[in-house]
Amino acid sequence: MAKYLIKRVIYLVITLFIITSLTFFLMKFLPGSPFQNEEKLSEEQRVILDEKYGLDEPIPVQYAKYMVNIVKGDLGVSFQFDNQPVTDLLIKRMGPSLQLGFQAMFIGTLIGILLGVLAAMFQNTWIDYGSTFLAVLGKSIPSFVFAALLQYVIGVKLELLPVAAWDGFASSIMPTIALAIFPVATAARFMRTELIEVFGSDYITLAKAKGNSRMEVSFKHAIRNGLIPLVTVLGPMAVGLMTGSMVVEQIFSIPGIGEQFVKSIQTNDFPIIMGTTIFFAFLLTVIILIVDILYGIIDPRIRLQGGDKS
Amino acid sequence: MKKILEVADLNISFHTFAGEVQAIRGVDFDLYEGETLAIVGESGSGKSVTTKSIMRLLPTGNSEIKKGKILFEDKDIAKASEKQMQKIRGKDISMIFQDPMTSLNPTMTVGKQIMEPLLKHQHLSKSKAKERALHLLELVGIPNPKERLKQYPHQFSGGMRQRVVIAIALACAPKILIADEPTTALDVTIQGQILDLMKDLQKQIETSIIFITHDLGVVANVADRVAVMYGGKIVEIGTVDEIFYNPQHPYTWGLISSMPSLDSKDEELYVIPGTPPDLLHPPKGDAFAPRNHYAMKIDLEEDPPMFKVSDTHFAATWLLHPDAPEVEPPVAVQERMAKFQAKQAASLKGEK
Repeated sequence: MAKYLIKRVIYLVITLFIITSLTFFLMKFLPGSPFQNEEKLSEEQRVILDEKYGLDEPIPVQYAKYMVNIVKGDLGVSFQFDNQPVTDLLIKRMGPSLQLGFQAMFIGTLIGILLGVLAAMFQNTWIDYGSTFLAVLGKSIPSFVFAALLQYVIGVKLELLPVAAWDGFASSIMPTIALAIFPVATAARFMRTELIEVFGSDYITLAKAKGNSRMEVSFKHAIRNGLIPLVTVLGPMAVGLMTGSMVVEQIFSIPGIGEQFVKSIQTNDFPIIMGTTIFFAFLLTVIILIVDILYGIIDPRIRLQGGDKS
Repeated sequence: MKKILEVADLNISFHTFAGEVQAIRGVDFDLYEGETLAIVGESGSGKSVTTKSIMRLLPTGNSEIKKGKILFEDKDIAKASEKQMQKIRGKDISMIFQDPMTSLNPTMTVGKQIMEPLLKHQHLSKSKAKERALHLLELVGIPNPKERLKQYPHQFSGGMRQRVVIAIALACAPKILIADEPTTALDVTIQGQILDLMKDLQKQIETSIIFITHDLGVVANVADRVAVMYGGKIVEIGTVDEIFYNPQHPYTWGLISSMPSLDSKDEELYVIPGTPPDLLHPPKGDAFAPRNHYAMKIDLEEDPPMFKVSDTHFAATWLLHPDAPEVEPPVAVQERMAKFQAKQAASLKGEK
């Protein structure tokens, strides 16, 4: 196990290195410069600013310097947010984003699994059709459309929850729902398809032949086996949540990383773009690692070799 | 001998998009205490459907018991509720399946799977159940049972897994054990071991076995009595000797002729011509008539009743009707009959 983990961490570092390099060069191809009202700046002012931020050097040199700084743990300073260090900005903004992400992921998969289980247990009844309908809606409607709809109905018409704010748990409910729609739909579909297959398998017949009730068969035998493929899509689902959160944070004006990221792209705030990308990439690779470990916990057949000799 | 199970005029249909498939069309048989009844027949003849209905494990949505009784200990299983069935399944009647590679839950330890029926039906404590599971593994011949209990099915070979399935089935010492082709998926040497194990355990816990197979060699090895099924009906039933050495139904003749024996040389094996009947539209008269070399006019008109050959031997063929013409069974069957008669004569002489 330890050996496996070390190997995975090395891969993780390599992945991060490649992502960072790619983003760096892609970003340099973006049109425009980081300076507002560029046309109003004189040639002299530009030279001074470029020099100050190190933008006068050739791109390979900038790249080398940036990479050296990253290894030292320095992500640079932001161009637009009063020259604050990027690390500080990220840490400050991380809270709301992570909270939303985890809430959406947790609640979303849980509800999705439940819907999928119900749909499979009551196949071809209105429960099944209802859950399928919800899942199709959830997959096809983008989260921002759903977010706007929630704002209008719950926020404006019913006035139950704040339309767009960030203070306390209540204000996190609507964005969480908007974000959770996608995991709910994905989990429900995966769970239903897999469980129906599991219900048809021999070991389920054997479980019934032992005298187990329908509930016992479902919960003791079927669900764990049905979870296996769902675990695989948890990684991509996390990606969906991250990209989804950028838009949803904007809509609900939540001071999260996503909102800051979108702004930084619009203004060519290079250090923030880089810092956020690295952060997202790191988060994602760690999630994938966790998913792989989860896999082994759920399915003993792929439990990592070498841990305990069998 | 005491009757433990009585199946009477059982009719089962499946409702499909194409229409009603009459999978079982009037099956009657009895099962006695401690005996092994083999049910043989081609795929689709209704062997598995019959036995699954005894455990009421047919798919709930589209299958229906149209008519008939399945009497077990004065209870009619055909009309039992799901709750009642849950108390019978795994305790009084249990089942072994065909493919040991897929019949164990891959994410549960073997120990837990064996303990499940014990905890459920015998209400043992966890430690007692574990002790008993350990004993069961030993009983079915699995070495290192203590370590094996903690392992998962993928750590067992096919033959070992079937032993585990047998241990699960026998955990509560059931009165009836249904074995649905338990050796078909195993290679021949393992087959022999599993059959020996089953025979051995049957004696120890005194259970009755319904053994489904299409391997007549296996039948000769394990069965006391044999029921031959065709097109959703039992066409001949009798003791092993009666079915193998004095078969009466042309279908049984066909089955026996198509079985290779030690004497058969390089000659081609006999094949019953044609295909099994379409049970979506069951034919009028005897379902086997279109494939039957000996079919008479009446076979196409009317389904033959069961004719009595001896107290234990019955066959559904018009050939047994007093008015039917004498026919010569196929050569392979005649040879068998002759051998059998010679053997009986010899043993009679020995007795004198």
